[in-house]
Amino acid sequence: MKMHRKAYYVLAAAFVVLFMGNLVYGAVNIPIGDVLSILTGGEAEKASWSMIVLNSRLPQSITAMLAGAGLAISGLMLQTLFRNPLAGPSILGISDGANLGVAIVMLYSGGLLGGMTGGAYFTMILAALAGSIAVLSLIIYFSRKVRSNVMLLIIGIMIGYLASSVISILNYHAAADKVHQFVMWGMGDFTGVSTEKLPYFAFFTTAGLIYSLLLIKPLNALLLGEMYAANLGVKIKSARISILLCTGILTATITAFCGPVSFIGLAVPHVARILLGTSNHKHLVPVTILSGACIAMLCNMLTVIPGSNSLLPLNAVTPMIGAPIIIYVIINRKNLQYFN
Amino acid sequence: MKAMDIAVEARNLSIGYNDSRGRKVVQSNVNLTLHGGEVTCLLGLNGAGKSTLIRTLCGFQPPLQGDVMLRGKPLQQYSQSEFAREVGVVLTENTNAGGITVYELVSLGRHPYTGFFGTLKPHDHKIIEESLQAAGIAHKRESYVSALSDGERQKVMIAKVLAQECPIIILDEPTAFLDVTARIETMVLLRKLAREQGKAIVLSTHDIDSAIQMGDRLWLLSKGKQVKCGAPEDLIMDGTVGEFFSKENIIFDKSTGKLSSSTAGNIPVGVEGDFNTAYWVGNALLRNGFTPAPRQQEGINIICHNPGQIEITFPGGEKKSANNVAGLCALLNGLPLP
Repeated sequence: MKMHRKAYYVLAAAFVVLFMGNLVYGAVNIPIGDVLSILTGGEAEKASWSMIVLNSRLPQSITAMLAGAGLAISGLMLQTLFRNPLAGPSILGISDGANLGVAIVMLYSGGLLGGMTGGAYFTMILAALAGSIAVLSLIIYFSRKVRSNVMLLIIGIMIGYLASSVISILNYHAAADKVHQFVMWGMGDFTGVSTEKLPYFAFFTTAGLIYSLLLIKPLNALLLGEMYAANLGVKIKSARISILLCTGILTATITAFCGPVSFIGLAVPHVARILLGTSNHKHLVPVTILSGACIAMLCNMLTVIPGSNSLLPLNAVTPMIGAPIIIYVIINRKNLQYFN
Repeated sequence: MKAMDIAVEARNLSIGYNDSRGRKVVQSNVNLTLHGGEVTCLLGLNGAGKSTLIRTLCGFQPPLQGDVMLRGKPLQQYSQSEFAREVGVVLTENTNAGGITVYELVSLGRHPYTGFFGTLKPHDHKIIEESLQAAGIAHKRESYVSALSDGERQKVMIAKVLAQECPIIILDEPTAFLDVTARIETMVLLRKLAREQGKAIVLSTHDIDSAIQMGDRLWLLSKGKQVKCGAPEDLIMDGTVGEFFSKENIIFDKSTGKLSSSTAGNIPVGVEGDFNTAYWVGNALLRNGFTPAPRQQEGINIICHNPGQIEITFPGGEKKSANNVAGLCALLNGLPLP
C-alpha cells in the first residue's frame, strides 16, 4: 500500500478515536453511548451531560482540532519557506508578535473573558494579526540580510524576546486583574472558545486552512529554492506574501483565542513527514493538517487530570509531546535529510 | 528549435547591479550569440562577471543597458510563465529537495504547464519519463534525492530542465562539485542533448580543458576587456585565449591548449619515439622547466622506445637511459641549469 494512503487511514482512525475521546473523557465521566445519543439529538441519562457535551466538550474539541491543524500547517509553510527544519510560529517570534497585539488590546481595553461582543473578538484577531504580520515582515527583511538559516532563527528568537519584553512592560503598568487574565490566557487553552465565539474562530481558521491548500504548488517549487522556483514560473514575491499572510491569519486567530500554544507548529510537520516519508506537499499539506488536529486533540485530553475538576495548562502538555519529537528528529539524522 | 538557429542574442548589453550606492557596471558593450544545437562554454576568471551574465540571461536581474533577444523577442517582453517555457536553468543554489523522489523532482519541471494544483496529466508523465531517460537517470526514479551522488543530482536537475521543455538551457557551473568521471558524463550528456534535441546550451565553467574539448563555442569574459566569442580552436589559434588567461606568471600553450607556469623556464628538449611515451615525457618535461620540442641540433634529446626504455642524450654526446619517467626526471634534475 502506498505510504500516503496508509497515512490517511491511520490518521482518519486516530481522528475519530480522539474526537470521541475528547467528548467522552473529562472531569465528569459520560458513557460513550450517551455521548452518541446526545450528538444525534437524543436524550442522555442526565440532562447536565447534554449541557457538558454540547456546550463545553464539543466546542473544545472543535477548537483543538482547528487550532492544531492551523498551527501545524503554519509550521510546515514556514519550514518550507525559510528552508529550515526548526522554523515554526513560536520559534520565529510570530506567536510573540500576536501575543503583543493581544496584550495591548487585553490590558488596555475591555476584558477578553468578560462579555465581549463579536466586534471585540474581531479587534483581538486584528491586533494579533497586526502583531504577527509585523514580526513576519521583520523576519523577511532579515532573511534578505542574513543567508544563514541558523542566524535567521536566532534573530527570530531575539525578536520574540523583544516582544516579550514589551509585554512585560505593558504588564507592569496594567491593572492587576487584567494582568491575571492575561497570564492565564498565556498558558494556552482550548476551553476559552465558547459556543458563541466558535463561529468566528472556525471561520478564520478554516479560511486559513483552505488558503494553505491552494499554496501546494508554489510550496513544492520552493523546495528547489527561490531561484529555481522563479525559473519554473512561480511569482516569488506573491507566493511569499501568500504564505506569510496565511501563516499570519492562522497564528493570529489561534493565538487570540487559545493563547500562545507552543510546539505544535514546530513538531507536527516532522511527524507528518515521518508518517508519509516525503516532503512533497501534495500529501504533506493535508497530512500535516490532519496530524495537527489529532495531536492537538490528544494534548487537550492530556490536560484533564483524572479524578479532578481542574485542568493542566495546555502549554504544560504540548512540550511533553513536542520536545521529544524534535530531539528525535535531530538525533536521527535521516529525518533531517528532507532539508538536504 | 533547429540547429544553428540563433537562440539568444545580446546587443550592446551592459550587465551589473543597481543598488543604493548607485550603478555598478560589471561588463559593458557585450555582444553575444547563442545557437541552437550547440554547447557554448562561458569562461572567465573569478570576478569577470560570469555569474552576473548568467543571472541576466536567466532573467533574474535586468540588463542595465542594451537588449537580450530571446528567439527574436526582447527578454523583457516575456511574461514569467512564458519565460519558464523558454529558458530552463541549472544553478549552484542549494535545494531542500532531499525528501522527494527523483521522479517528483523532475515532475517539478512541468510546473509551467500544469494547472493551479500542479496535477500531472498522462502527457506530463510521458515527458517526465522521456526526460529521465534522456538524462540517463531513469533507473533512479524512485530514489530519494538525498540518496544521490553529486553527479546523479546534476543529472536529475538536467532532467528537470528537459521536462521543462525549454529550447534554451543555462547552467551555472554544472561541473564544479563533480569528480572527474561525473564531470565528463555531464559534459557528454549536454553535448548529446544539444546535438539530438537541438537545445541551445550555455554553461559557465572554470574547466578550460573540457570547455576546449566539448564546447562548440566559447564566450570569454575578462575584467576590463571586450567579451570574445567563437569556436575554441579559432580563439586559441588567433591568440585570444592566451591573451585572456595569460597573467604575469601564467602562460597558455597554443599547441597543447594548457595553462602552465611561465617561471618554469623554457629550455627546449627534443622528444621523439613512441607516441604515448613521448606525450607523457613531454608532460614531465614541462613540469620540470623544459619545453618538449622537435629534435635539437645542440641540446638535450630524448628518444622514447617504450615506457620502460627512455634514452637521453646530453649536449656533449653523453647517453644515459632510464627505465621509467621517474628515472628520467632524476637524470634531468641532476643537470646544472644554465
